[in-house]
Amino acid sequence: MMFDVTMAAILVTMALALSRALLGPSLYDRILAVNMFGTKTVLAIAVLGFLMGRPEFLDLSLVYGVINYIGVIAILKFFESGDLAHPGHFGE
Amino acid sequence: MAEFVDFILLGFLAVVALAMTRLRNLFAVAMLSGIYSLLSAVLFVVLDAVDVAFTEAAVGAGITTVLMIGTLALTGTEEKISGRHTMIPLLIVLFTGAALIYGTLDMPAFEDPQAPVHQHVAPKYLRDTPIETGVPNVVTAVLASYRGYDTLGETTVIFTAGLGVIILLGLGQRKPGGTA
Repeated sequence: MMFDVTMAAILVTMALALSRALLGPSLYDRILAVNMFGTKTVLAIAVLGFLMGRPEFLDLSLVYGVINYIGVIAILKFFESGDLAHPGHFGE
Repeated sequence: MAEFVDFILLGFLAVVALAMTRLRNLFAVAMLSGIYSLLSAVLFVVLDAVDVAFTEAAVGAGITTVLMIGTLALTGTEEKISGRHTMIPLLIVLFTGAALIYGTLDMPAFEDPQAPVHQHVAPKYLRDTPIETGVPNVVTAVLASYRGYDTLGETTVIFTAGLGVIILLGLGQRKPGGTA
């Protein structure tokens, strides 16, 4: 029962993040919406594991968190310098 | 509850796909394609295809989104509106979709344990893998033990491709007259 309620709450939050990604209006709204959606994906996978009685998939959600983090860093880095291979401030 | 989650996630997928075709701001479309990949990754987890979900999240949501945005930096972020509205592409898509759905009618029912794919070689692997290899996970055993040389070759190919891309991008290039 508890996991059902949690899953429903996550789905509602997913819908809200999705509407922000669809409506925009600014670029950073959309980036934040994707980041938010990635976080909800991590939570959804964690809860789904318990909901379906296979909690060993919990490790997977950790790796999703890492992928999500790296993805957003890459996108933001791209907007800062326009170039993924840019060394950033450490190279100067 | 799991079926309910399935329906909602598939509904989200449909909404995202429709929005991607309607939006003219290509940056938003790239972001939505990331969300699409994350959604399909959750669906793969629901279907117990954890390794597929893993690849989908890493490649689809991670790398593809970054590559799309890299392309947008070179081209432009607004789609040009073409005045023509032809019915032919829609008809082709509908026809292909109908043909694919017709093709699935012959397939065995979902989760049917009597399906041929579960009768042919799968029982042998499930029975003999722990004895022959000692690896608890059957998928890992097939990849790393039964098909070990194959996997080694694949890894070499991917490594070579990565090296080629790094050389093409010019990473690690020394600045002219610089210190780094």
